[in-house]
Amino acid sequence: MFSFIARRLGLLIPTFFGITLLTFALIRLIPGDPVEVMMGERRVDPEMHAQAMERLGLNKPLPVQYLDYITKLAQGDLGESLRTRESVWKEFLTLFPATLELALAALLFAGVFGLLAGVIAALKRGSLLDHGVMGISLTGYSMPIFWWGLILIMFFSVSLGWTPVSERISSLYDIEPITGFMLIDTLFSEEEGAFKDALMHLILPAIVLGTIPLAVIARMTRSSMLEVLREDYIRTARAKGLSPGRVVFVHGLRNALIPVLTVFGLQVGTLLGGAVLTETIFSWPGIGKWLIEAIGARDYPVVQNGILLIACLVILVNFVVDILYGLVNPRIRHQR
Amino acid sequence: MTDPITKSASAMPPSAVDQSLLYPSPYSEFWQAFARNKGAFAGLLFMCLIVFCALFAPWVAPHTPSEQYRDFLLTPPVWLEGGTWQFILGTDELGRDLLSRLIHGSRLSLLIGLSSVVMSLIPGVLLGLLAGFFPRLLGPSIMRLMDVMLALPSLLLAVAIVAILGPGLINTVIAIAIVSLPSYVRLTRAAVMGELNRDYVTAARLAGASLPRLMFITVLPNCMAPLIVQATLSFSSAILDAAALGFLGLGVQPPTPEWGTMLASARDYIERAWWVVSLPGLTILLSVLAINLMGDGLRDALDPKLKNAA
Repeated sequence: MFSFIARRLGLLIPTFFGITLLTFALIRLIPGDPVEVMMGERRVDPEMHAQAMERLGLNKPLPVQYLDYITKLAQGDLGESLRTRESVWKEFLTLFPATLELALAALLFAGVFGLLAGVIAALKRGSLLDHGVMGISLTGYSMPIFWWGLILIMFFSVSLGWTPVSERISSLYDIEPITGFMLIDTLFSEEEGAFKDALMHLILPAIVLGTIPLAVIARMTRSSMLEVLREDYIRTARAKGLSPGRVVFVHGLRNALIPVLTVFGLQVGTLLGGAVLTETIFSWPGIGKWLIEAIGARDYPVVQNGILLIACLVILVNFVVDILYGLVNPRIRHQR
Repeated sequence: MTDPITKSASAMPPSAVDQSLLYPSPYSEFWQAFARNKGAFAGLLFMCLIVFCALFAPWVAPHTPSEQYRDFLLTPPVWLEGGTWQFILGTDELGRDLLSRLIHGSRLSLLIGLSSVVMSLIPGVLLGLLAGFFPRLLGPSIMRLMDVMLALPSLLLAVAIVAILGPGLINTVIAIAIVSLPSYVRLTRAAVMGELNRDYVTAARLAGASLPRLMFITVLPNCMAPLIVQATLSFSSAILDAAALGFLGLGVQPPTPEWGTMLASARDYIERAWWVVSLPGLTILLSVLAINLMGDGLRDALDPKLKNAA
């Protein structure tokens, strides 16, 4: 097991350096003069121009610049935002819990309903219900989620007035950020109704963000379940007279879950990509919206290192999923 | 109608060819498998409609997509109160005919989808072949590079690329092509690795086939099935990503009638005019769904092994 982890960790290092190369190249690939682009004006005063080049370290040879970049990263220095003068790392840390909360809620929604739909479809294979579930999940998979968000807002917020449209909580509540998770922080606070308010804010974005993972999980669960239900041990379990529920959920689903778990891991990328759109629609103050705003404002340090942080997050999660997968499935562990 | 023919065939002496022993041609076999899948067939029909609209947009569309009818701002569709037959699906905030804009938008979506698929398929297959044929040094380095690209969520990578290159039609295509490159490389490499140990490849090698011949004529045709399926699926995700970029204001710029861009400007009218919000998105959804249905059908027809895989 140790050598398996070490091998996977070894694969991680070149990937990490590749990503730093990519984000390093990002600023340098901007067509035209980077200082002019960042300041948003032409013909910058030559002295200020030289100063800016100096400050950004753009006046040195490229390998030296890259070395500087890596050294700074190793020291935990991710630069500072051009707009707020705040450190990128600090901004990321304040905004990330919002995205994490949204993503976890979405994953919960997708996991519960996806597994349920997949199991039902597999058990009723070929029935109208199966076709219905699969049709809906293919529709969900094809969904332009930015539009889906607008439609849900139009229906639930504008027409029915059930849910709020934007932000994480109404402005009349003043919640002390303790964990950064609004649902938990509102529980700690004394304000009445704050938890329900935060929950209502979370529901629509979580549904929107969870739609595509839901569809993927439902499809994956169905096919994996179909395969497992054909196995001999299922027949044995039935023959011993176990209750159908026990056969399906304890003997069947548990084994069918292995491939589904991998899909869970792979969905992290989809979730973070979808967060960009979902957060933009619902004005959710997370890292997706932060990045898009930074791009709009040509705040390149934020764009550069925000992308670096997200990429690191994705490879880290995939690494953990890989390890977990190795834990449950020894065949993977011993593969070279 | 066919009965007498089969009867006469069975009545023929055994020396005549038994029709049931003849294999159908690969094309008719494929078509039979594909057409049996109702969803895939429906998807194909819908795509034919979209392609027709795209090809003949100026003749199909009732109005010019950019013409502003100032007296008809936000006119509802014809079946609602206040709608007119002049604007069947209603008009947008500038009085432009929605149906005409959607029809012209299909040109852009198909163009972006098609060109980004071609631009990622060709280099992707080349890199995948190289990675498969040179498993010592070149292969792993190509695959590490692809891992780096896969570490970023595709939409985010596309957003980053557009942030560098600037918004616009061509940059959207480039961004989407780069984003979908890794899956082609991985698929091609995996298929090539599977084929390389087969006897026919060894035979071709021994017969003295050159490397390019081995790559493109011996091995590649046998790796096409998953690539065709992937091309269909990445076509649909290209349309989705292009619309998402347009929605974020980073894709095709207004007033060009791109479906995602249309949605972005319609956001402000969500309370008053549901049709400017619903219809472009519905068009995106239906097109993507149609292509995905076709992709499922293609996968089942081309590669029965993959059937039921998610």
